[in-house]
Amino acid sequence: MSDQSPIAALPEIEALKRAVAGKSYWRRVGEQLLRDRLTLSVMLLLSVIIIMVLAAPLFATHDPTVGSVLKRLKSPGYPGHWLGTDEVGRDLWSRILYGGRYSLLCGVLPVLLALLIGGALGLSAGYFGGITNSIIMRSMDVLYAFPSILLAVAICGMLGSGIGNTILALTITFIPPLVRISETVTTQVRAFEFVEAARASGARPLSIMHFHILNNVLGPILVYATSLISISIILAAGLSFLGLGVTPPDTEWGLMLNNLRQAIWVNPLVAALPGAMIFITSMCFNLMSDGLRGAMDVRM
Amino acid sequence: MTAAADILLDVRNLKRYFPIRGGLLQRQVATVQAVDDVSFVVRKGETLGIVGESGCGKSTTARLLVHLLKLDSGTITFDGQAVDTPGGMSVRELRRNVQMVFQDSYASLNPRCTIEGTIAYGPSVHGVPPAEARRRARDILGKVGLEPDLFVQRYPHELSGGQRQRINIARALALEPRLIVLDEPVSALDKSVEAQVLNLLVDLKTDLALTYIFISHDLNVVQYLSDRVLVMYLGKVVEIGPVEAIYRQPQHPYTRALLSAMPSMDPDRRVDQPPLTGDPPNPINPPPGCRFHTRCAHAEACCALSEPRLYNSVATIDHHTACHMLIPGSGHSAAPGTAAPPSPAEREHAR
Repeated sequence: MSDQSPIAALPEIEALKRAVAGKSYWRRVGEQLLRDRLTLSVMLLLSVIIIMVLAAPLFATHDPTVGSVLKRLKSPGYPGHWLGTDEVGRDLWSRILYGGRYSLLCGVLPVLLALLIGGALGLSAGYFGGITNSIIMRSMDVLYAFPSILLAVAICGMLGSGIGNTILALTITFIPPLVRISETVTTQVRAFEFVEAARASGARPLSIMHFHILNNVLGPILVYATSLISISIILAAGLSFLGLGVTPPDTEWGLMLNNLRQAIWVNPLVAALPGAMIFITSMCFNLMSDGLRGAMDVRM
Repeated sequence: MTAAADILLDVRNLKRYFPIRGGLLQRQVATVQAVDDVSFVVRKGETLGIVGESGCGKSTTARLLVHLLKLDSGTITFDGQAVDTPGGMSVRELRRNVQMVFQDSYASLNPRCTIEGTIAYGPSVHGVPPAEARRRARDILGKVGLEPDLFVQRYPHELSGGQRQRINIARALALEPRLIVLDEPVSALDKSVEAQVLNLLVDLKTDLALTYIFISHDLNVVQYLSDRVLVMYLGKVVEIGPVEAIYRQPQHPYTRALLSAMPSMDPDRRVDQPPLTGDPPNPINPPPGCRFHTRCAHAEACCALSEPRLYNSVATIDHHTACHMLIPGSGHSAAPGTAAPPSPAEREHAR
């Protein structure tokens, strides 16, 4: 038809170009995330917290370990200490910044380590099945028999306090759930014919796991791992609260909460601050994991 | 008989039983005789069609051929080399020469992988450098009738069923195999797309000098594509022969029933009576003797007693049937004497 103007054809060309480009899965996830306001703001808040905590020496107003007994338990807004002071007169703002370093470390590192170990174990268990699966999954069941907090406390109590032992204990605690989830998703993916097709092309198991399984199971495993970070922060705080985690003069939000708990009648606002930080950070990680779950649920 | 040099794939006494485990200790309580003592040859350049009802072991046979399932017993010889034996051909080498196309075009493509990545994966596994593998992928896309520039960066979910099945064929071709096992490649497609894909398969076969094993339950499609047909029932070969002979003059009662179940376009040829009733017996406990005797209209005492072997029932051509009615001296009343096998017309008369 002669009335087919070039303008009318434009959207189709545009659509064709976009189709030709072919969006990868991760690009779709990114686009989905950009549309999600809540997750975006949570991620922004989280990055602010992480940057402040990592660059603690830049933002801290005082030495977090030096206090003045004369200025004990001052409320937020006290001249020179805008967030107030703790039970021995140390600046709370600086202590929260420095303490956050250990809290975040205890939140992220155990999950990361458990993700590597548990993910590899779960992938092998799911891919190879049979006796390999039985050995790996049954040993995980042994660890599963203990409630996670009890397991962490038991390991920490056995090894003694200290940041390294806390991380080790939390890592061991998080391996079983990560093995279980990666085994489940791997078993599902393995049943697809494209894995069979890859085997039929003569590929070796490691290559198939790397090329065909990993990119199909990474999404759900990552989402679950993110949700574990908040649990890890809370567990680490719990261990410190019991005196099993970080040792003074180093500090950590859980330890601060423990030390300030006697002050709850004197200055409840100050006493609640570290708790509020734990709450906000773990909430952020949880909401982020929810947002990721939604974004990664792109139908392919 | 066929000369040894003509034979591409020689399968002897292929057997695969699946254990059924149950109870508290996961003890083996039964076995499914999925493929039981199947032997056949595939000649160079031919298409062997395999037909049979669901659950008769067609797909298991296909998976055994490329060693996707372990054989319980039996041998596979590819182009004169025994597979998976010391001094023979390795399984990896076999898989380079024998490729498979699966039924479910969606499930057999990695959803997170571009078309280019999917096709180039096979060659790169066998040591082809990445750039060369990608170039080969584009070449092959052209061969299966898809414009390379439009498809290399796409993902499976963006394609139609027919396009996806073309990609699956392209993936199989990427290793430059000599034999392709097509496991119901068109049964999930609608009729017009099915015709296109079938024609593509025919063209590729002549262009690339391929040999096909074509598995289907669609008898029309098998007739269109195959040179020879193998009929399976409950894990056994019941009849094997040239396609015209089987479609014109089926020898085994099961093949006859199967063929008369083909929908006819001619209203006068439609049958009111179902050619076969009931379901195939459970392969967990297959009936003794001839496995078909429980549903066979001609079954006699001898059928339940001994298992018929494949017998060259039509002397002039390479047409084998496993039925007591055709084997001389089998004890069946319709069986010929020990003399030469009678013509089908004589047998009709005898009944």
